[in-house]
Amino acid sequence: MLNIKKICLNVAVALIVPAVVPAQQADQSAAKPSKHMESHIGNLTGHSEAGADLYYRYCWGCHGARGNGDGDNAPYISPQPRNFVAGTFKCRSTPTGTLPLDTDLYDTLGRGFNFTNMPSWAALTAQNRADLVAFIKTFSARWVTEKPADPIPIPAEPKLTVESIKHGGELFQKLECWKCHGQEGRGDGPSASTLTDSNDQPIRPYNFTTSNRSKCGRTNADLYRIFMTGLDGTPMPSFADVVKPEDAWDLVHYLRTLQVNNPSPELTMWETTAEGKAIVTAKRVRNTYTGSGVTP
Amino acid sequence: MHIKQVVIAGLAMLAVSAAAYAGPSGGTVSGKVTYEGTPAKMKPIDMSKEPSCAKMYATPQLGETVVTGAGNSLENVVVYVSVGAPDDAAPSNAATFTQKGCRYIPHLLALQVNQELKINNEDQTSHNIHPLPKLNREWNKSQPPGTPPISERYDKAEFIPVKCNVHPWMHGTFAVMKNSHFAVTGDGGSFSLANLPPGKYTITAWHESYGEQSQDVTISGSENKTINFVFKAKPY
Repeated sequence: MLNIKKICLNVAVALIVPAVVPAQQADQSAAKPSKHMESHIGNLTGHSEAGADLYYRYCWGCHGARGNGDGDNAPYISPQPRNFVAGTFKCRSTPTGTLPLDTDLYDTLGRGFNFTNMPSWAALTAQNRADLVAFIKTFSARWVTEKPADPIPIPAEPKLTVESIKHGGELFQKLECWKCHGQEGRGDGPSASTLTDSNDQPIRPYNFTTSNRSKCGRTNADLYRIFMTGLDGTPMPSFADVVKPEDAWDLVHYLRTLQVNNPSPELTMWETTAEGKAIVTAKRVRNTYTGSGVTP
Repeated sequence: MHIKQVVIAGLAMLAVSAAAYAGPSGGTVSGKVTYEGTPAKMKPIDMSKEPSCAKMYATPQLGETVVTGAGNSLENVVVYVSVGAPDDAAPSNAATFTQKGCRYIPHLLALQVNQELKINNEDQTSHNIHPLPKLNREWNKSQPPGTPPISERYDKAEFIPVKCNVHPWMHGTFAVMKNSHFAVTGDGGSFSLANLPPGKYTITAWHESYGEQSQDVTISGSENKTINFVFKAKPY
């Protein structure tokens, strides 16, 4: 009688053990959320259950089965894949230290991260992306205990003027943006080589001369948002408390003139002035810019 | 009826005064934090990339990861009641953290959960304050010279490394504490935790490089107990 019991137990154990062995699968089932999350993007409602299937097809190779950024590909990727468990996100319309809006995550998915291994997922349907956003929110308890803050206000963009660009250039000096981004905006300032992200991994400041796309978008409003909210998890801080809205637009106009290889209304206007023309021409060739009397 | 009310009021007053006096009549735990072995030599800081700070010092400043004093004493150790004391409400005064000469003053700031944290920049250069919490919210703010203090709070107890990305030698710690029974060792390595009501406590000492140690202590009446902590120095 006892023996039969024992055998039964052994068989039961034997049945259970193999089910545990494929670690990845086990990880996956452990990570599947017990809670339901939704995302709201305009008229779309994303559901985490649908997002889970997409996540374990497209995302977990880098972001990991548990969403903590330790997927099989992670060791070979720099900057490292986002850890969703930490609940810290780069591209937000909300103040530093707060959760992003659903639309921020949705836009990030569609845009991808320029200069990184994160591609654009615009090829997925809008519903797919909304579902993924809902699922990503199941990884961190912050999505249950906190609400995303109100987005930082962005006033209407004032008319572009040469004065605005010049004033923006003064702010670039005063706020010491050049310490990391360099006087030419090439991402080669004196502190650039020492920068690390929140995982202690080296990270490069944005080089304005390479393109007109930064990690969090390409419009003037995106640029405004980037330095006002900061990119959480990176060395890029928030300037929301120290830059007035009207000054912020001047800085945006100046930053556009650093993108010397990408035509923009700001660059065109700047080049209509003799001073601007000389500076832009110099900036197109590395290390020929001598600055407008302001040197570090 | 009136008499009853008066008696109740009187009792209440007694209870209040008894509670008020429970603090000062409590016990004290004090002692000294030292190290054994040879601590790593702190490297001189090269501030040449920040002339406005470099010119404030005649000789290069040393890193503050390990600061030692006479008699093998260890500074910047936070000693606190980790078990046995109830959580306290945050005090109304702010804990102040100052950036001066491209250094953090103090290097280790202990404050309470939900206490106001005030951050000042007294330098002629921009700093960014980038604390790296795991449990609390991670934020990162720029503070150019002459801007008002940053005011923040942390709602969970945690040891939070703090750094300035612009000046990589600047790093410090926010020690966010659950209760008001804590002390940070200064020159001489001594600490004192006063006003502990009778009871059993676990006292923990935490150092950013040498880790943490705990000791149990029982306080009866208003006695003074002495406990010491000895950390093993890391040679590198």
